[in-house]
Amino acid sequence: MKDLTKTLRQISLSAWFGIVVVSVYILVAFFAPVIAPYGETEIVGGVFEPWSDEFLLGTDNLGRDLYSRLVYGARNTVGIAILTTLLAFAFGSLMGVLSATIGGWLDQLMGRSVDVLMAIPQLIFALLLLTIFGTSIINMILIIALLDSTRVYRLSRAAAVNVVAMDYIEAAKLRGEGLGYLIFREILPNITAPLVAEFGLRFCYVFLLISALSFLGLGIQPPTADWGSMVRESANLISFGEVTPLIPALAIALLTVAVNFIADWFLHRSTGLKG
Amino acid sequence: MHASISSLVLNRLLLGVVTLFVISIIIFCGVELLPGDLAQEILGQSATPESIAAFRQQLGLDRPATERYLEWLLGVVSGDFGASLANGREISELMGERLGNTLFLAGMSALISIPLALTLGVLAALYRNTAFDKGTSICTLTAISYPEFFVAYILIFLLAQTGFFPSISNISGDMSLMEKAYRTVLPALTMTMVVTAHMMRMTRAALINLLGSPYIEMARLKGVSPARVIVRHALPNALGIVINVIALNLAYLVVGVVIVEVVFVYPGLGQLLVDSVAKRDITVVQACSLIFAMTYVLLNLLADVLSTLSNPRLIHQR
Repeated sequence: MKDLTKTLRQISLSAWFGIVVVSVYILVAFFAPVIAPYGETEIVGGVFEPWSDEFLLGTDNLGRDLYSRLVYGARNTVGIAILTTLLAFAFGSLMGVLSATIGGWLDQLMGRSVDVLMAIPQLIFALLLLTIFGTSIINMILIIALLDSTRVYRLSRAAAVNVVAMDYIEAAKLRGEGLGYLIFREILPNITAPLVAEFGLRFCYVFLLISALSFLGLGIQPPTADWGSMVRESANLISFGEVTPLIPALAIALLTVAVNFIADWFLHRSTGLKG
Repeated sequence: MHASISSLVLNRLLLGVVTLFVISIIIFCGVELLPGDLAQEILGQSATPESIAAFRQQLGLDRPATERYLEWLLGVVSGDFGASLANGREISELMGERLGNTLFLAGMSALISIPLALTLGVLAALYRNTAFDKGTSICTLTAISYPEFFVAYILIFLLAQTGFFPSISNISGDMSLMEKAYRTVLPALTMTMVVTAHMMRMTRAALINLLGSPYIEMARLKGVSPARVIVRHALPNALGIVINVIALNLAYLVVGVVIVEVVFVYPGLGQLLVDSVAKRDITVVQACSLIFAMTYVLLNLLADVLSTLSNPRLIHQR
């Protein structure tokens, strides 16, 4: 308990800001049906109605309530980004640890393939793969997870190589433990700190990439409420001095900044860097 | 004396060529990996077997992949990318002017952002831990976490709808340079906001890292002014890092234009790429991605070579 209060007091102001913002997002995502006055795809009024008591942020190009869609967007956009990042981490870290443990030709093969995958800019590669496999949410999640897992692979391999050289791994091998035991019981628990710190940063990256693709009309498809495509749908209003299209974009930006603040603080704490 | 440095550079160049080659194979093979068949995918489920066979022959899909790859690669090297699947026009014709426009936008952003980032970086190092340093640090950190289209729309909101600049950058070949530049200001500013942060922070970090070294202390003790210490004594030694960061950000600029071009309806390569992805015009997407990936790899290569060349320890070897 004392430790907890001590940790809480050491959290920097910017990290507190991040924690509060992220908590609000999580609450909104969970209680979306309670918070939103209308349904996600429900057409409730005229096209592009202005802000009013009935429609807090007005309506969009089809007459759907923008405020409700913003609330549901927290669920869809953030949920899909988290799912993608988790997939990337599951695949990337498993592969990274595997090639650090087995070494030899597998390590060489994985390393060189990752080098090549990373040489092509991520957005361009994602666009190429989306053309080949077609644009759908599932395809987008798998493609971004695959492309992002290369970064996770690099990190987890680098961290695991240090662990593999330890005596207790040697001891476990001599005991006759299998590969699964080595990876899940001995190596992974010892590299969680850098992986967790990286998770925040990778999440931001994936989140921005998904938003960008959705904004281009190639990511999350209508009628699913999503912040990237919401900006696209109402973008024309901005030339008339309306701030409404900026709000979903602001929701994206705010979450990214908040997660960055938390990740920054966590990184400082776990590496013992001060200042 | 220069044997080792030239072999270092040569090695890096060779690696770059191999990377380019492998990338061209990947981009080509993407189509081979299609679940099913390209002809089937494009014509849809309702197509008759005859029309699919005819289409396959037109695309050359009935010949072995290696033969088609070599043909494609030879075509690309001589500037012939084949024809678009969607409208049958020559891809090189579609890309011609757009590539120039994209490079114009990237170049203009570089012209604004590089001097700005270097100046801000030097100033932040000079006045470190002051309000100015902290202010720029917070601003750049926030700008870096924004999606490009958010920055773009904020700029449109602030500068375009008040009438200072056009919100749509529809430039064409027959415009004068000034007119083009004027219409490109907003997209270029957006790209500037996105890349300046990284360059500025790296410049500041590289300089501050050097400020602790004894020779800087010496310069200070003999009474050199702080500004001169940084510009004359620290900056030349930080140049390797700074050049590297600039080249990396140029690479990012060329790729990052994709979204900005869409926001401002700028007739560049990125816009063509996005349109073609939506239409699943695979040959155009192949050509565009190859150009983008090549530029990216070449600029990364340039960054590596320049930072090797600017390393005094490698140049003055004993």
